[in-house]
Amino acid sequence: MKKMTSMERVLCALSHKEPDRVPFFLLPTMHGARELGLPLADYFASARNVVEGQWRLQRRFGHDCLFPFFYAAVEVEAWGAKVIFTEDGPPSCGEPIIASPEEISRLEPPRARDSAPLLKVLTAIRALADRAQGEVPVIGVVVSPFSLPVMQMGFSAYLDLMIERPDSFERLMAVNEEFCVDWANAQLAAGATAIVYFDPVSSTTIVPPEMARRTGLPIARRVISKIDGPCGFHPASGRILSIVDDIAELEVAVTAVSVEENLAEVKAKAAKRMAVLGNLNGIEMRRWSTEEAHEAVKEAIFAAADGGGFILSDNHGELPYQVPFEVLEAISDAVIRWGRYPLEKEP
Amino acid sequence: MHSATTQLLISSLEEALLSMDRIVVSSLLGEVGEASPFFIAERLIAPALERIGDGWDRGDVSLAQVYMSGRICEELFARILPPDASPSQPGPKMAIAVLQDHHALGKRIVCSFVRSAGYAIEDYGQGLEVEELVGRVREDGVGVLLVSTLMLDAALRIEELKRRLDDVQLVVGGAPFLFDERLWREVGADAMGRSGGDAVRIVQRLSREVA
Repeated sequence: MKKMTSMERVLCALSHKEPDRVPFFLLPTMHGARELGLPLADYFASARNVVEGQWRLQRRFGHDCLFPFFYAAVEVEAWGAKVIFTEDGPPSCGEPIIASPEEISRLEPPRARDSAPLLKVLTAIRALADRAQGEVPVIGVVVSPFSLPVMQMGFSAYLDLMIERPDSFERLMAVNEEFCVDWANAQLAAGATAIVYFDPVSSTTIVPPEMARRTGLPIARRVISKIDGPCGFHPASGRILSIVDDIAELEVAVTAVSVEENLAEVKAKAAKRMAVLGNLNGIEMRRWSTEEAHEAVKEAIFAAADGGGFILSDNHGELPYQVPFEVLEAISDAVIRWGRYPLEKEP
Repeated sequence: MHSATTQLLISSLEEALLSMDRIVVSSLLGEVGEASPFFIAERLIAPALERIGDGWDRGDVSLAQVYMSGRICEELFARILPPDASPSQPGPKMAIAVLQDHHALGKRIVCSFVRSAGYAIEDYGQGLEVEELVGRVREDGVGVLLVSTLMLDAALRIEELKRRLDDVQLVVGGAPFLFDERLWREVGADAMGRSGGDAVRIVQRLSREVA
């Protein structure tokens, strides 16, 4: 089969057909800093660094996307939160921007075009889209309105609000929905090929399925219907098996799968209504040998790649900074070795 | 109380807690009559919370249910404890903290579970660095320290913490330890809890060993 571009390969897999090989999304948000020899705080200070970092990593490992996602806390930074950088991990948000439910009535969503941290991300998306020339997908990211409050107000205060203060919860969802749609569409306008809708709180790891069906999933449906481009659903390691049908109804092209769930089972349940993405263990990856990387890649490919409809990736959507380049190289080599279609029979 | 009655009560309590129904939980605990607060904590609340924690570990129970169960039990235990009673089962001084970041849900759950089982635990809060945590543990004479982490970089810092607190029993928990079962031993922790229920079992064991 003629070698495809990354874009052709991904689109073919998402159409539930077999491309030249299994597409893979390495999502090394922080490794660009190591590639450029910069501390993380300096790396994320400039869109130019992220563009160069993402570009070099994609050239080096040959994965099938560019991922100009800086860090999850960038969204609450836009709402005024302080972001704390560390030497070897993703920046986290400091004190919550919502100190009490009473403050929710006064919240106004920031606009992407007026927000310095978000403009930096948009600049990176634009530059990477220019460089990729349509040959490599540029993946944008939003945190769902239902999951963003974990960073806006802290997890326990948010669960208290969700369960005990329905009026304030509804109001917070309304402002967050407005923000999320604007932010997603700004990324698409800047050149992102698709948007990944990160929604760990809707996973059954965080809320029971019936609560997800009353809250997070209807919100996802409303928001995704207003996003002007293709979307994927990502529960960021959360479990989704019992809500796969609900996710398929969101009309997303793909859903990510937790390492705690069986890829083949989720793919079978998705029944070609959406593709699956996953589910390498990013935490264990830090100490994988070359052989272990090959085994993990092989296992995922044999579980879910037959017939297309599968993109190999980690299960969380962000690789820990501690994962060595050697492991990323081993994963890349393993995809080339085991991921060519037609697939070899499992030994 | 007859053991069959106790088992039935624990099951009813578990069901009411998973439904996040404060009223039913309160009325079930009201049925035990003159039992001491520590009997209620140890024989009824702790086993129900342990079952809920195990359900979380199996993937059958959500974090929201675990959190609310802990909160409801903590509030009820505080209410049934007479004002002049000792707040704790016997054992070493205990504290809990979140290393580095500000995500405190895991800590909150463990605090609620441990307190509901009748143990006093000092909450050092979140966003602490190793230096600060070591200082507080030394100042307070803590014998058992529970540390929650969200990100891998924080989990790896446990190694330095244990080096500096080698005479303190260090119990860890949080996402990195759930996704890599070898990690807690690698960083030198004395125990790892997969759930709030696990934390109660570990605290009960360490209280017996260290006391």
